[in-house]
Amino acid sequence: MAQLQVGETFAKRLLVYHLPLFCFIVFTIFPFYWMFVTSIKSTRETYNRDVNPYVPVACAEAVAEQVRSGRFDGSALMENCLYHWRTLLRDTLFLRWLKNTLLVAIASTLISLFAGITSAYALARLRFRGADTFGVLIFITYLVPPTLLFIPLSDVIGDLPLLHWNLLNSPWALIVAYPTFLVPFCTWLLTGYFRTIPKELEEAAMIDGATRIQAMVRIILPLALPGVLSAGMFAFTLSANEFLYALIFIYDAANKTVPVGVVSELIKGDVFYWGELMSGALLGSVPVALIYSFFVEHYVAGMTGAVKG
Amino acid sequence: MKTNPPGDSLAAARTNAGSETSFALLERPSVLGYLLMAPAAFIISFFVAYPFAWGVWMSLTNKQIGMPWSQVRFTGLMNYVDLLTKDGIFWTTFWNSFVYTGFATVIKWVLGIWLAVLLNRMVRFQRMVRAAVLLPWIVPTVLSTIAFLWIFDPDFSVINWTLRGVYTWMGWGYVKGPLWLGDPTLALASVTFVNIWRGTPFFAISFLAGLQTITPDLYEAAAIDGASGWQRFWHVTLPGIKPITVVVLVFSIIVTFSDFQIVYVLTRGGPANSTHLFATYAYQVAMVGTRLGLGAAISLFMFPVLALVIIFQLVYLRREQA
Repeated sequence: MAQLQVGETFAKRLLVYHLPLFCFIVFTIFPFYWMFVTSIKSTRETYNRDVNPYVPVACAEAVAEQVRSGRFDGSALMENCLYHWRTLLRDTLFLRWLKNTLLVAIASTLISLFAGITSAYALARLRFRGADTFGVLIFITYLVPPTLLFIPLSDVIGDLPLLHWNLLNSPWALIVAYPTFLVPFCTWLLTGYFRTIPKELEEAAMIDGATRIQAMVRIILPLALPGVLSAGMFAFTLSANEFLYALIFIYDAANKTVPVGVVSELIKGDVFYWGELMSGALLGSVPVALIYSFFVEHYVAGMTGAVKG
Repeated sequence: MKTNPPGDSLAAARTNAGSETSFALLERPSVLGYLLMAPAAFIISFFVAYPFAWGVWMSLTNKQIGMPWSQVRFTGLMNYVDLLTKDGIFWTTFWNSFVYTGFATVIKWVLGIWLAVLLNRMVRFQRMVRAAVLLPWIVPTVLSTIAFLWIFDPDFSVINWTLRGVYTWMGWGYVKGPLWLGDPTLALASVTFVNIWRGTPFFAISFLAGLQTITPDLYEAAAIDGASGWQRFWHVTLPGIKPITVVVLVFSIIVTFSDFQIVYVLTRGGPANSTHLFATYAYQVAMVGTRLGLGAAISLFMFPVLALVIIFQLVYLRREQA
């Protein structure tokens, strides 16, 4: 896709292409570099305005010393570089939050995938009265932001309609709440995907005597597996990143998810545990970023596919 | 909502459960259709539609956290009237939301197209650079905003450290550097900056997908007709990415207008309630100040704007399909 323009001088290329691109990359990457550097500094160094903040001095010296002497000293490394990382993993509830996040994300993703697959199939393949209306409703729900509904939804989660269960402060609150934005998302993504699968395949199976449900489960679903997988990955990352509902529905430190735990438990009043905050922020975002980068092209394809209808 | 199956066919399905007729019924697209829609319909009606109605009702009452039901009174439009006539913070919030959304969206749009064009020209290290550029949009917003909280710190801001260094080096004397989050205007600008940082990758990657659907023939034809680089950009590139532009703008406006996380982490609406957006102000009034009814009213003020944007999107999509 790259278009090499003929007749461009090197200087011009540098000015209109390399330099802007370099600036963009610095712009996007710098905060992550900043997290990393802050996470491997000692608290004293973090609060010392006389040393260069861009470099973790004590840590760099310790590493240089070890390289120079050729002796590996794990405990020196631990004290000078990884102190906050160790504190985060050993003395805070970070691993609990990670477990909670995984549990909530996996459960709500599975629920949303199930509901999303069934409704997407119906919208893509079946003609029934109200199908169009339903498609539009799903699309509208997809666009409704959580911030519009969080106050009444916390009431509803605290006293479920008909059942009168109070789910607040348990993972179930989030497992129930996240499908509100994940189901429309999955439905929307998968409807487009199902439409790309030729109808003839399933019609042939039905002529051979399969029922519609058999045709759906045995023929269409396996073909749609890549679409289902990427919808699942996105649903997973969306729920792992969610903040507002997790902030409001969960009170106990031990039940929190990573984003809420890091923001609320590693800042105590006026005291900011910067090293732990930064290592927690890095550790909380790396897995999500890795998953995303593998699937982002599907996402874009899905979005443009939806534009073309 | 016309989501539930008509009673008679559902009843028929139930009475015939297990027998051959029920299988035959399932072959009928209408019956199967309603059945397959049921899980999604259930979730949407109980956890989206019902809370929405409940929120509208709450906004018409004086409900507070922990208030016994006997004291909850229907107060009509009182909350709305109070907000519009007596609440100065609400009006600040109101204007902030539009300023924040306007500035952030336009700048993300421009930067997004620019970055997409650059990425589209790229030959080497494509995957790596794309992943790097996408990071801000991918990672949990609150976690990256924490890094910005430290970057904008009043005493230890790395920006101010750098400024001080530059001033001393140039011989301009000592400079303390601005309080990035301590001054109302600067704080709103800082919050907007972080939103731009987070959203630009989304614009860029979407526009990149749009760029790749433009056939190279169009550029060749334009070049043969003697169009300059800018002319090609205006007459080929921009029209080519128009469909995706509409979708991206709609998404971005909705997400930015209803934003919560960046303001919550960076300023909590401060200094002196000057940087609130609808969502953070609603949170403060309802969850911190326990006035649920008033908070629900504040967040419902977002509804007209969101509705307009969504209707625009639906009409546009329909026109494109026709």
